[in-house]
Amino acid sequence: MIETEQLSRRYGKLTAVDALSIRVEPGQVLGLLGPNGAGKSTAMRMIAGFLVPTSGTARVCGHDVGREPLQAKRLLGYLPEGAPSYGEMTVREFLQFIVRMRGLKPEVAYRRFDEVVQRLELEDVLELSIDTLSKGLRRRVGLAQAIVHDPPVLVLDEPTDGLDPNQKHAVRQLIDVMARERTILISTHLLEEVHALCNRVVIIARGRLLADATPAELERRSRYHGAVSFSASGSGMSQEMLGRLPQVAAIEMDPLDGRITVFPKPGERILEPVEMLLRKQGIEVSEIQLERGRLDEVFRQITTGGGDDAMAEVREVRT
Amino acid sequence: MSAVGAVMRRELRSYFVTPVAYLFLVIFLVLSGILTFYAGDFYERGQADLQPFFVMHPWLYLILVPAITMRMWAEEAKSGTLELLLTLPLTLWQAMLGKFLAAWLFIALALMLTFPVWVTVNYLGAPDNDVILVGYLGSWLMAGTFIAIGACMSALTRSQVVAFILTALVCVLLILAGQPQVMDFFHGTLPRQLVNAAAHLSMLRHFQAIARGVLDLRDVLYFLLSMMGWLIAGVLLLDLKRTR
Repeated sequence: MIETEQLSRRYGKLTAVDALSIRVEPGQVLGLLGPNGAGKSTAMRMIAGFLVPTSGTARVCGHDVGREPLQAKRLLGYLPEGAPSYGEMTVREFLQFIVRMRGLKPEVAYRRFDEVVQRLELEDVLELSIDTLSKGLRRRVGLAQAIVHDPPVLVLDEPTDGLDPNQKHAVRQLIDVMARERTILISTHLLEEVHALCNRVVIIARGRLLADATPAELERRSRYHGAVSFSASGSGMSQEMLGRLPQVAAIEMDPLDGRITVFPKPGERILEPVEMLLRKQGIEVSEIQLERGRLDEVFRQITTGGGDDAMAEVREVRT
Repeated sequence: MSAVGAVMRRELRSYFVTPVAYLFLVIFLVLSGILTFYAGDFYERGQADLQPFFVMHPWLYLILVPAITMRMWAEEAKSGTLELLLTLPLTLWQAMLGKFLAAWLFIALALMLTFPVWVTVNYLGAPDNDVILVGYLGSWLMAGTFIAIGACMSALTRSQVVAFILTALVCVLLILAGQPQVMDFFHGTLPRQLVNAAAHLSMLRHFQAIARGVLDLRDVLYFLLSMMGWLIAGVLLLDLKRTR
């Protein structure tokens, strides 16, 4: 379990993290989201015990990181931002060093070593020095280092940064498997990752907590939530008809591919009426989709307060 | 304690992966040889001892020890591995001690490799080998103090060059503090007691006593306490980095 209470960190006048209180339970994968410089890494560094908070506390499985640092660190696997590692060491030497530092018993150490090497597919690079590895491989070495002692709590700062889509998939699967009985805090700026990994999202900007919800809840905040989009030929005339439906709030057409998105009024369900109308009008629809909501739009709205602009756009299109 | 050992082993290995260790050893052995036999009047003195050899050590350490210690913390801070190291379950003290011991053991190795000098003097005459052993011990203690200073300075900055220069600067001040020329210069301007007190901090004075074969507990304590003092300062500096 990870708990932070009014966790704050100031650098001179700059407040990097501002009274952040979060609680992550076992089984949860919490995605810490925020624009660059929002304080994600600073918050994680305080939880991992690298930085001392200006005020507030962080606890790992009940151990105050400030007062019982060793107990907290033992229970924690941490991947720092950029996955730093000792470049002059080989992958094997580096992981052995970590195993030794973690004080694993020899019989456990061998098993865990083989397990993480296999899981992160590092067999072929064990004897290479880390300096010569690609960015993706280095990230995997960093992940191996973080999980080698099988910790109940994981804090991963951008775990899939720099990985190709296949590697991203593998790492997500790995996190998914580990998530069942563990507490995992990851930071990311990839919104697709939130869908793929997290069952809870915390959005911060300028060090402040702005939202704490499940991905589905966040999507529901999107103006795209419940919207219907379709591609059709001769859609020009249908727009006007759709606008007359009582449940419809706005209509937008993508200027590039001509795809039309119909936005519902709050609480209305519009898939059926739209479909019916299109059928009645005899409009050929090549494909129609009920939107779940767009996280990127919600993210922008929450972190910049830019929601008003988006609404203005809709009104423009409608008139 | 296994954490200290792990840090020490990693550090020692990193010396030998990069050319630093070999360069150090070669330069140290060549220079100590040359300086002893040519600049130190080893033969002309006609005495079977290693005085000319040990006299050169402070000056050798002045250049070579900062080269060993400059990367100790500065590089960790720069490459981000400091974050990795300090989030592993070990205290700052254990990390500092591990790194310090690695460097100190390395110097011990360098000193051991000077055995041809010892063989030579034993071949040429009949030196008091106890005195030589004490001399080696003194040299090693002094090297430890240099290393502790280097560790502290490396914790102060992310730049290895700055760490090198600061270490060399502090070391040269501590070497020169007790020299008559320096003392005479300050006697005119500063109160006598202060100058005399500063002279007691001189590394050279304590080292020369030991190098002559006089193993005075006060000299040994001087080195051990300086080491501890500089290491404590280094740990405090590192801790300050986490807070600031």
